[in-house]
Amino acid sequence: MKHTLSAQRWLILIIVMLTASAGDTLLGVGMKSAGPISLHHLGALIHALLNPMVIAGIVLLLGFMAANLTALSWADLTFVLPSTAFGYVVVALLARFWLHENISASRWAGIALIIAGVGFVANGPSRTEHKSEHLSTTGPV
Amino acid sequence: MSAPLIHTWAAIGCVVVTATAGDILIAGAMQRLGDLDIIRERSGIWGAIRAVLSSSMLLCGIGCMAASFFSLLFALSWADVSLVAPATASLTFITNAFAAKFFLHENVDRRRWIAAIFICAGVLLLTR
Repeated sequence: MKHTLSAQRWLILIIVMLTASAGDTLLGVGMKSAGPISLHHLGALIHALLNPMVIAGIVLLLGFMAANLTALSWADLTFVLPSTAFGYVVVALLARFWLHENISASRWAGIALIIAGVGFVANGPSRTEHKSEHLSTTGPV
Repeated sequence: MSAPLIHTWAAIGCVVVTATAGDILIAGAMQRLGDLDIIRERSGIWGAIRAVLSSSMLLCGIGCMAASFFSLLFALSWADVSLVAPATASLTFITNAFAAKFFLHENVDRRRWIAAIFICAGVLLLTR
């Protein structure tokens, strides 16, 4: 297993983390303001897609997609995925220190668990080295 | 269970299954394609974009992610974001760890299992 991530690659993982959480939040706020949508009224869904918050959420999620694809080309899925969860911690900390919202004891416990989980993965190898991959990178002897 | 709640959990189930399938197909496609940084150095940014978009496995993965996205939109319009976002996110961590081990043959060692369980529990606690 390989574990050699450059500063640029950590930056890609930070972009994955921030765009995923911000995109989900904007999408949630936008869809709530659009109201309930049923399968029989798909026109309402098209209308919801024109909401500026939903559009901003979609743009951020497209940025997430590009960063995520780049990260998956050099790291395992089970290494990249925890970085999306770390975004929830960033949102909770921003709510506490920027918006001065109260964070309950169970939320602090959740933050600690996510940080511990991300730490477990981040300290480990980023990529499983498969036999075929190893042969193709070393080439014929 | 009331009808809307059944709909909500059905939509959450759809989001989890399609998101996992999408993640596995996309990760598998990128694994086959190889390091994008090297492709970009060799054939430029457009070459890298062309290489990514010409992968049928990746396009299937994007199709699954689109299905997941629309299931998420329906779920969000029926239920609180505080239920849907953590439920789908936390369940997807566990299903992805299983799927990555069995379909992508990733080395999901004890460290990664513990991380998946910690993060799943953490996301649930965070949104209580």
